[in-house]
Order: sequence, then structure tokens, then C-alpha cells
Amino acid sequence: MIKSFLLSLLSFSLLIVLWALFTHFGNFSDQVFPAPLLVLNSAIELFNNGTLLKHVVASLYRVTLGFYLAVLLGIPLGILLGRMTLVRQLVNPIIQFLRPISPLAWIPLAMLWFGIGDKPAIFLIFLSSFFPLVVATTMAVSSINPVYFHVASNFNFSQQEIIKKIIIPAILPEVLTALRLTIAIAWLVVVAAEMIAVQSGLGYLILDARNALRMDIVMVGMIVIGMIGVMLDLIMLRLAAIDSIAWNKES
Amino acid sequence: MGRIQVQDVAKRYRNRHYNSSGNNTEQKTITVLENVSLEFQDGEMVCILGPSGCGKSTLLRMVAGFESATSGKILIDEQPVIKPSSDYIFVFQHNGLLPWMTVWENVELGLRHLDDEQEKRDTIQEYIGMVELDGFESYYPHQLSGGMQRRAELARAIVVNPELLIMDEPFSGLDFLTHLKMREEVVNMHQFINKTIVVVTHDIDDALVMADRVVVMGNAPNNVILDRKLDFKHPRNIEKIEGLRELRDELYLMLGVNYAV
Repeated sequence: MIKSFLLSLLSFSLLIVLWALFTHFGNFSDQVFPAPLLVLNSAIELFNNGTLLKHVVASLYRVTLGFYLAVLLGIPLGILLGRMTLVRQLVNPIIQFLRPISPLAWIPLAMLWFGIGDKPAIFLIFLSSFFPLVVATTMAVSSINPVYFHVASNFNFSQQEIIKKIIIPAILPEVLTALRLTIAIAWLVVVAAEMIAVQSGLGYLILDARNALRMDIVMVGMIVIGMIGVMLDLIMLRLAAIDSIAWNKES
Repeated sequence: MGRIQVQDVAKRYRNRHYNSSGNNTEQKTITVLENVSLEFQDGEMVCILGPSGCGKSTLLRMVAGFESATSGKILIDEQPVIKPSSDYIFVFQHNGLLPWMTVWENVELGLRHLDDEQEKRDTIQEYIGMVELDGFESYYPHQLSGGMQRRAELARAIVVNPELLIMDEPFSGLDFLTHLKMREEVVNMHQFINKTIVVVTHDIDDALVMADRVVVMGNAPNNVILDRKLDFKHPRNIEKIEGLRELRDELYLMLGVNYAV
């Protein structure tokens, strides 16, 4: 644990050293390839005047809302589709058709329907998370070992108990993996969405900095996006490692 | 209580077959069981032997109410089996514990509607102790060995005081010594609870050591090829009991293993 942490620290230090050497000897203009120290200074400045925090909060707010909406609607729909063959055969073709359409292709419609501001961005994040979650939940439910349903009927479980004590815990490991992949997608999409419809968020920060030819701020934005992405992933990993959730892991 | 009557039961599955072009389907019916009639007495330990695919597990699932017979009737204590019930507990071949629940929570399943918390706790603790899993109450199944998992499932089964235990190859996948110990525990448990137990097994020695009645099944339409009572005291040593040795040879021949005789 400590060893892997030290190793990743080492690889990041190496990356920064290489970056510093490259910009130092490469003779680039600051507007094209800023040095690490310059980026650090800009980061501190943006942090101190509160701009950075404001944009981070704006982005996280949109991701959280869009993602929760997708979880709230997608997982129950997935359970329904996994349990009812007829409904699945009816709805699945539509989902398979909509799924490969990039959320970014929805931008024109999203802006037309929801106007400018948070709403279209949240809608796009919802779309990007919803379909993968429905598909993953459906698969997880339909692959539950039938023995567990036999146990449930043997001990006279009610329908409600079957959902609470069999289906949800049975699919939880797979659903958490899907959530982990999905939140990464949502985080990718929020930046793109913010370049179009809004005046805040990390995507807007990058776009705005580009217009001002401030590549140092662009890089600050990229680094913060990467750091938050890693953080979101770690939270999901932690959740998935809880004993009662990770029942499928090897002993 | 715990008397089972299988009356002229048949089980057929319909299989859809596709030809090479993938359309034009034809229905093919597979008969797994045909004209099966058996009767097990209250408190009997019945072992069902037979080759793979002879329908013995299907019969077991029908007795448990997980599947219904295509024709014929299955009665338990004169009542037809319509659906599963906690009076007839099925012990699964593999992974029968709910893996997201601890040993304690699994054993609690059959008692979850009990209002008296103190009584519930005491009963669960008593049965966990009976299968020697004290100290493992908060372990999850994947943290236990195969033998401990089977014992936990046994505790979960007998804690509800069922009329009938149905066990599908309860010792498969266990190592040799654990197998022998578990077998002994099931025999002891049977003498203690004195309920009907129906066991499906591949292992002839299991049947000889445990059973009050041995049933040998073959493929349809001759499903029941032997149904014999065994009047021997426990514990049994097959090598030292004349009748058991002879029966073992007979069973080997019946199951098509000539070299062992």
C-alpha cells in the first residue's frame, strides 16, 4: 500500500522533471508550452482568488446531479428489465439503438430543450451515465445464480424481500463496477458540455483560458480534472471493497 | 410427519431444435422421468443413487416444489406439493448460503419472523454451536472453508425444524476427510432430529453408510431399478458388515462398474 503510493509519487515526480527539462531546453514560448513552475504559480493564484474552487464546485454539482438522476432511474429500470423478459424484449432494442450515440451529439437538442445554464449540461451527463447503467444492471440481474431465488422461495420470501435481500445485494458488485466506469464517463462529458452551454465549470475555465491564450491556465484546468477523476475513482474502489458488498471476491 | 409419496410421476422437457439455416424449428420432447412411484416413511434417511442425467436431481427439485411434475402427483403428509415451503428445506450442492450475508444472518433467515428477539438469538447461537461454528458468526461464506460452508447451511436448514430435509449431493467438492466427517455429522444429526432426509449422491459408500433406504435410478423409462430398506445399526463399517459388502457389489454392478467387484 505504502510502496505503491511511493511508486506513484516517484512516477509523477519523474514526469514533472521531464516536463521541466523539456520546456527549459526546448525553447518554447510560454503561450505554447508553459513550464511547471509557471503552471504552479497560476494554480496558486487561481486557488487564492477563489476562481478554481468556484469552477470545481460548478462541475462537481452538475456531475453529481446528472449522475444521481441516472442512478435513480437507470438501476430500477435495469432491475425491471433483468426480471421481466417481455419488457426487456420490448425496451432493449431502443436502448441498444440510443446507447452508441455520443452524448455530445445531443448538445444541439439539449440546448434547444433546456436553454442555457446547468440544465442542458446535467441532461448530457444523465444521458452519458444512464444507458451504461441500465445495460450493466440488466446483465447483472439476469445472471444472478438461480440457487439464490430457490433459497428465497424455500424460506418464503416476499417480493419485497426478494428485491431487498437477493437482487440488490447480488448485483451490487457488478453495479459498483459499472458506477465506477460510468462516473469516469460522466466526468469526461461534463468538461465537454461546459465548453458550450455555460459560463462556469472546469470546461468553461479551459475554454476561456484558451481564448485568452493562457495555456498555463488550460494546464491547471487539465491537472485539476485529472486529480478529481482519480479521486472519484478511489471513492468507488473503496465502496466496492466493503465486505458485505464484495461477496464475490476470492477468499 | 415427513411421509413422501411419489405417485406415477413423469417429467418431460420441451427442447427447441434449430436446423442449419437457423429457422424452421422443430419441437423435441425429452423425457427425464417416467412412471416413477416411490414412498418414503416418516423419519427415514433415503439415499438416491444413479448416473448423471437419470433425473434424480429433477425428482428432488420437484419434491422441494421448485419444479412441477408433467404428470403424476407428489404428496408430503397427504398434501400435494404446490410450491416451496420452509417445512421442506433444500440443501444445495454448491453455494447455497447467501454470500452477502454472514453465517449468523444466513442461519437467521428461517427465524426472521420470530418476534421474541432473545429466543431468536439463543436459538441461532445454539444451532451455530451444534455445527461447531462458534466464533464464526460474523464471517461471510467466502471467508469459510468448503466444509464450514456446508455446516453453516445445515444449521440454517435444521434451525427451522423442517419436516423434511432434501440434500442434493451434499458432499460433492469436499476433500476426502471432510467428506467422511460431514457424512458422520449428517448421520448423527439425523438420529438427533429424527426427520425425513432425502439425499441424492453419486457415492455408493455414502448410501451404504447413511441410508435407511436406498433407491437406485436409471434412465427413463426405467427410472427406479432398486428400492431397498437397509436395517443396519449406526455407526456402520462397510468392510465389517457382510450384508453391506454384498450390497455394495450389487450396486456397483447395477451402476455398470464391473471392475470394482
